[in-house]
Amino acid sequence: MLTTIYACLFYGATAIFLAGMALRITRFARTPAPLKIPTMPAPTTSSGVAFRMLREVTVFHSLFRANKWIWVFAWVFHVALAVVLLRHLRYFLDPTPLPIVLVQPFGVLASFAMVAGLAGLWARRVVVERIRYITGPSDHLMLALLVAIGLSGMMMKFVAHTDIVALKQFFLGLMRFDPAPLPADPILLVHLGLVATLMIVFPFSKLVHAAGVFFSPSRNQVDDARERRHLAPWAAKLEADRAR
Amino acid sequence: MDAIAPNADLERPDPLEIPPLCPGAMEASKPWIASPDHQKALGFPGELVENWKEVAIAKMGELLEKNRALRVYLDSCVKCGACTDKCHYFLGTGDPKNMPVARQDLLRKVYRRHFTLAGKWFPSLVGAEDLTEAVIDDWYSYFHQCSQCRRCSVFCPYGIDTAEISMAGREILDAIGKGQKYCNEIIGKVHTIGNNLGLNKNALRSTLEGLEEDIEDDTGVPVKLPLDQKGADILLVTPSADFFAEPHVDGLIGYAKVFHAAGASWTISSYASEAANFGMFIGSYEQMRLIALRIREAALDLGVKRIVFGECGHAWRVAYSFLNTLAGPFDFLDPNYPVPQHICEYTWDLIEKGKLNFDKSKNDHIRLTYHDSCNVARATRMGDQPGGQFEIPRNILKSVCNYYFDMPADTIRDQTFCCGGGGGLLTDELMDLRKKGASPRMKALQTVADDHGVTHMAAICAICKTQFAKVMPTYGFERDGILSVHQLVSNAIILEIPETRDDDDD
Ligand code: SF4
Ligand code: SF4
Repeated sequence: MLTTIYACLFYGATAIFLAGMALRITRFARTPAPLKIPTMPAPTTSSGVAFRMLREVTVFHSLFRANKWIWVFAWVFHVALAVVLLRHLRYFLDPTPLPIVLVQPFGVLASFAMVAGLAGLWARRVVVERIRYITGPSDHLMLALLVAIGLSGMMMKFVAHTDIVALKQFFLGLMRFDPAPLPADPILLVHLGLVATLMIVFPFSKLVHAAGVFFSPSRNQVDDARERRHLAPWAAKLEADRAR
Repeated sequence: MDAIAPNADLERPDPLEIPPLCPGAMEASKPWIASPDHQKALGFPGELVENWKEVAIAKMGELLEKNRALRVYLDSCVKCGACTDKCHYFLGTGDPKNMPVARQDLLRKVYRRHFTLAGKWFPSLVGAEDLTEAVIDDWYSYFHQCSQCRRCSVFCPYGIDTAEISMAGREILDAIGKGQKYCNEIIGKVHTIGNNLGLNKNALRSTLEGLEEDIEDDTGVPVKLPLDQKGADILLVTPSADFFAEPHVDGLIGYAKVFHAAGASWTISSYASEAANFGMFIGSYEQMRLIALRIREAALDLGVKRIVFGECGHAWRVAYSFLNTLAGPFDFLDPNYPVPQHICEYTWDLIEKGKLNFDKSKNDHIRLTYHDSCNVARATRMGDQPGGQFEIPRNILKSVCNYYFDMPADTIRDQTFCCGGGGGLLTDELMDLRKKGASPRMKALQTVADDHGVTHMAAICAICKTQFAKVMPTYGFERDGILSVHQLVSNAIILEIPETRDDDDD
């Protein structure tokens, strides 16, 4: 029964996450950018733009220039999250590839860093007047959700171990559409429930920034307006009225 | 610590100082509403339409389909707060709705309510709100407290550009019949007369002739300012302020002297006698395009080979970044030159080639700094290297002036502060906002005045020049402390005085 509920939950959450993000991304991609609006100085080649984008998504370059506190918390959180996600790949890959095996101890450290980063971001929402002003209930809820996911995960590592062999069988089975029994461990169930919630909420919330950043015209456009004529399809239609 | 730092004991102004929040402080700041005539001339409803709510939502939907930036920016903000202390209007007023993210939220909350699932189902959770009269009032007030300077975009981790949001906001306001008088009246003048000032062809001709006389009286050199000269090589498109006001007109004299020294054949067009394009300020692609097409027409009619733009910030944005899109392709012009070129690119090129001679001591009464105009700095380029828009004007200034000092690094180049009057806000009823918005720049100027005895600031934007001339006295500077870059060129340039021939008197 429990296994069925969670299997359905994860199938549903994955479907919503994938479909939702696909919808968002196609919307972003389909909507034309009528004008050249890169924030200057901008790269003059597409490889330059790729580098600019890489720098934004790996070291959060603009954020670094803006505010060192936000940068430190945000960067630590994101990098730690990435390591933690890598660590979790062991539940989905059999046999576990060597790099994922090697990342395991770092994943444990990263869980602390992740929660610390989140705590820092949360503290700023409360302490800094300007950020308190722009913070809404959903911003607190999102942080609460992420912190709860982190803490429940850490509890399974440090407080009450769960049967990770059975858990791996559950997920491997899930991917074969033949789920094995899920350990009925309350902390695990909470952890998994929260993760599924996050996946469902993702495409409908500010978390779409993960995709949005790649579509931001101020960051992804090449500075070549004088060399190449940039024309949106709807704008091209206006040209019918041109005498010459 | 640093014993030689002058005025080290004085309290130094900090341009980046963050004020305490004063909610509602600038709520009452609103520009005058466009009259029905000004509205209708641009194809907008004359006054607030009855079903304004439906019209506004429909317009928002249309813009979301047409402009990727709007959609991505409305969806992607994580409320990280990195932009909250980056806007000069926030720094100058403390009004939290002048924090870029809060300004965006004015539009975003309606977007969420009407266009997203989360906003339809859980409005209070995600800050979604219905479009009400109070929201429209806020839009009118706070989208006219954004000079579209893009400073926030530099610092946002996703490059979210609040200028795009306030442009969209103004476009929606125009669509429901609540346009802004200053911009819409001026755009009407461009369509009917050809420039923002409403200067007709005859007035323009006599102005230019007057300038020719002034220059000859002054220098003994017959420098020409040709108008509508068919077959000239270069079409100069410059903001109409250059034909009139100080210090703009001294810049125009500077361009003329440079063209003269280079032996160039050039002309101004009475049909496209305006570089400014206020279509950008109101966010209207269509208006911007119609204004830009006048330049294409003029270039074709006059048969020129090149187009050069005079000193104007947003005009250079429309020229550099948008002109090819709006009015291109320019395959009928000389392919050896970029289209269009900035007068600073033109002048610097001549300086590099050693074709201009200067007597720098002519500017020795001036200790100079340079204000990077926001549109030039963050929305355009000059030359072929990124950042040329910062280097080229400085290179020119250093070639014509012995005493040059930059303002603090975090207030110049791509981190420059707006003058406080850009984006269609250069109107008297917004003077309070303009003065407050200028404060970060004025504080930065104060630091170089204290440290290096700087007396003057040069700029390449008509709006900046007008704004500074107006607000500098408030901050204890002379109103003529603001100069055109080409005014300094004009002061220092050495022109060959033609030999007077006796038979001239016959
Ligand atoms: S910096 Fe960008 S993401 Fe952060 S609050 Fe401002 S607009 Fe939103
Ligand atoms: S574009 Fe400039 S004026 Fe507008 S919100 Fe951003 S920083 Fe402020």
